[in-house]
Amino acid sequence: MKSGSLGGYVVRRLIQTVPVVLGVVIVNFLLLQLAPGDLATVLAGEAGGAPKEYIDQLRARFGHDQPVYIQLFNYLRNLIVLDLGYSFRQSAPVFDLLMQRLWPTLLLMVCTLVLSLGFGILMGLLAALWVRTWKDNAISVAAIIVYATPLFWVGLMLILVFSIRLDWFPTSGMEDVVAFHEGWARVADIAHHLVLPTLTLSLFYLALYARLMRASMLEQRGLDYVVTARAKGQSERRITTRHVFRNALLPVVTMAGVQTGGLIGGSVVVESIFAWPGLGQLAYQSLFARDYNLLLGIFFLSAVLVVVVNLIVDVVYVFLDPRIRIG
Amino acid sequence: MSEPAISIRDLQVALPAWSDRKLAVAGVSLDIAPGEILCIVGESGSGKSMMGKAILGLLPAPHVRAVGGQVHFEGRDLLTLSEDALRAVRGRRIAMIFQEPMTALNPLMPVGRQIEEVLEIHTDLAPAQRRARVLDLIRDVHLPDPERMIASYPHQLSGGQRQRIVIAMALALEPGLIIADEPTTALDVTTQAQILHLIKELQRAHGTAVLFITHDFGVVAEIADRVAVMRHGEVVEQGAAADVLGAPQADYTKALVAAVPGLKPRLREPADGTPPLLRVVDLEKTYRISSGLFGGAVREVKAAKKVSLELKRGSSLALVGESGSGKTTLARCIIGLESVESGLIELDGERISGRSRAELRPHRKNIQMVFQDPYASLNPRQRVGDIVALGPMLNGVGREEAIAQARELLRLVGLKPDAVERYPHEFSGGQRQRIGIARALAVKPKLIVADEPVSALDVSVQKQVLELLNDLRKSFGLSMLFITHDLRVAATVCEEIAIMQRGEIVERGATADIFAAPSHPYTRSLFDAVPGRAWISGLG
Repeated sequence: MKSGSLGGYVVRRLIQTVPVVLGVVIVNFLLLQLAPGDLATVLAGEAGGAPKEYIDQLRARFGHDQPVYIQLFNYLRNLIVLDLGYSFRQSAPVFDLLMQRLWPTLLLMVCTLVLSLGFGILMGLLAALWVRTWKDNAISVAAIIVYATPLFWVGLMLILVFSIRLDWFPTSGMEDVVAFHEGWARVADIAHHLVLPTLTLSLFYLALYARLMRASMLEQRGLDYVVTARAKGQSERRITTRHVFRNALLPVVTMAGVQTGGLIGGSVVVESIFAWPGLGQLAYQSLFARDYNLLLGIFFLSAVLVVVVNLIVDVVYVFLDPRIRIG
Repeated sequence: MSEPAISIRDLQVALPAWSDRKLAVAGVSLDIAPGEILCIVGESGSGKSMMGKAILGLLPAPHVRAVGGQVHFEGRDLLTLSEDALRAVRGRRIAMIFQEPMTALNPLMPVGRQIEEVLEIHTDLAPAQRRARVLDLIRDVHLPDPERMIASYPHQLSGGQRQRIVIAMALALEPGLIIADEPTTALDVTTQAQILHLIKELQRAHGTAVLFITHDFGVVAEIADRVAVMRHGEVVEQGAAADVLGAPQADYTKALVAAVPGLKPRLREPADGTPPLLRVVDLEKTYRISSGLFGGAVREVKAAKKVSLELKRGSSLALVGESGSGKTTLARCIIGLESVESGLIELDGERISGRSRAELRPHRKNIQMVFQDPYASLNPRQRVGDIVALGPMLNGVGREEAIAQARELLRLVGLKPDAVERYPHEFSGGQRQRIGIARALAVKPKLIVADEPVSALDVSVQKQVLELLNDLRKSFGLSMLFITHDLRVAATVCEEIAIMQRGEIVERGATADIFAAPSHPYTRSLFDAVPGRAWISGLG
């Protein structure tokens, strides 16, 4: 309710996330035990076959010869000091790999969030203001079409039109590695590469938020406090900006928090299509390489990301809605 | 009469094409003199609210709109004004007070800002002057601690406090006319009395004309100078309050006045010495509101503190209290929807408190409930026959037989037998409450718990439902626990009363005794707060 105890609230929420993340890690660990094959068989297979002794030796080196609960215990113990193990596949500590790949994914996610929320809210607002006119219909129909279109198809079509036909944007990657840009030139280059992946990932959420915002605006506009404002002599424009807008925003913010998990899922597809060097792409690669250590690390980081974003949304909510009590 | 503050001539408001009536307001003509309170009385659907909204152009256009007549106010016809000109009138010359203080304020804006908005729209005052005026207004409506009050959000205030804020908002620019649309209907009776008093006090001080819309003749008796009775969009009678209330001319007015529950206590039937049907001893129930997964600060609300009561077989007991007094919690404990913390509930000598769900199941049919909201308490996807027959069927009666019984019960509660085939939405509120009563009776319960069964109904319908309950009590030998906030209703239905306040029963006894000499101060304040008490007592 009051921001005085906000710090305490955040700390308490962070403590509450520990069992959540721990649960996610344990479930993931056990699930991956069910997956057929392991790193040793893959390595042996790629080497064109190997004797059983060699495979057993590899397993012993990876610690896979021990009972599951001991493996889990060791994993959790190492997790406390953020030691996520070693990726034998990539010959690097998992933690370093994750940190390397985190920033591209964060960049993609933040841009997507800003774009989809910003334009989604704007589109929903406009549609609600123009309700039951052709403009509203146009926005609503467009939103439904985009909402129903699969992510990978959008990505491929954007590449086909804007990269291959029009040659406006690069098809893949995060920057032009042979150009060796520095400073602002590099920023511009990355931004140029960012356009299509962000657009692909954003469109679905943009449509979702636009529809939600429209519905929420229309609902709020029918409530009693709007009649009160009208009876005061307030103009329709002011009623919208001052009273309705903020109230209508609340469900959209809630939805944005819920959807972050889905956003990470979507980034796996988008990063694979655009060869974006982020966590999603890494997850895809490590899955096929049976690099379970790395995969577990990615799951752990994703869980942390979702939890942190939800916390941020909740804190934003405290500022938006005075009825939320903290403490 | 001097020049009227507002003069409504032949006002017509059209309803959308798909409604059952063409005009919500069908040619209403009224004058309100400066400094006069005119009460518009009518039941739901009489068009009284539509008329209030039409004056300020607040009808839900384009479906509902004023189609004829004039509204003369300060030399102009409001119906012909442009939107901009009308906006200058709203809030400045004519202000409005709404029914629901819970929803009439923006939940995300401090109330001070919401009052200030009126000044901001219509005046050139500097921020500091506006603030000073807002503080004055808060003081005018007798709210405590103005400095803190203006920074509060609506959810931090009680219903009565919010309604005071809305009144402050309406008074901000000393308008010539205030339209008050059922401003006290959603409030507790003691709060209602305070708000009525406040409106009258401020109206006298500022000489404002008030158009007061209500369905409650008690409120009319309390506040009105003149009365207009509306039915089906037309004024059936108007005149000075004393004349209309004392000697109503139109048949409809007479019927409405006759339907007002009187304050004549029901007498106790001679006791026959049998053991009580329901016995509640030292019941305790506390709600704990913890904050999140790992506890933290816990807030405790004592909903029932050492509550004891007894209900004799074949009699009825009214549990009277205001919202938050714990009366509904007590009812939920008795019918086994809530577990009790300590204490004993006994029905017919058998303990029913502290049992598990499975153990309770055979006892369930002995206690049935009639709910407050006839709209929400019936499953809209089920036929009425199935709703009524479900209880007996769960207790092993065959479907054919159960439906036949349902048909008979529906006839008993005054519905046509073909109601069995129909769905709840085809019935009016009063009819739905009859269905709810039939449903409760279907399993032949020993005790009926009725939670505010008539508070959502119009006064004439309320009277019919109360009469029905009375008849059924006689013919079925029913015992009833009747929960209500309305002493008048309690007096009509029940021979015994228990008054509840903050989880405690503060006074208990025969209705006649309590009405003759209420001993607890809270009971006395409840009596004082009954709107139009002097007039109702005069009705005999």
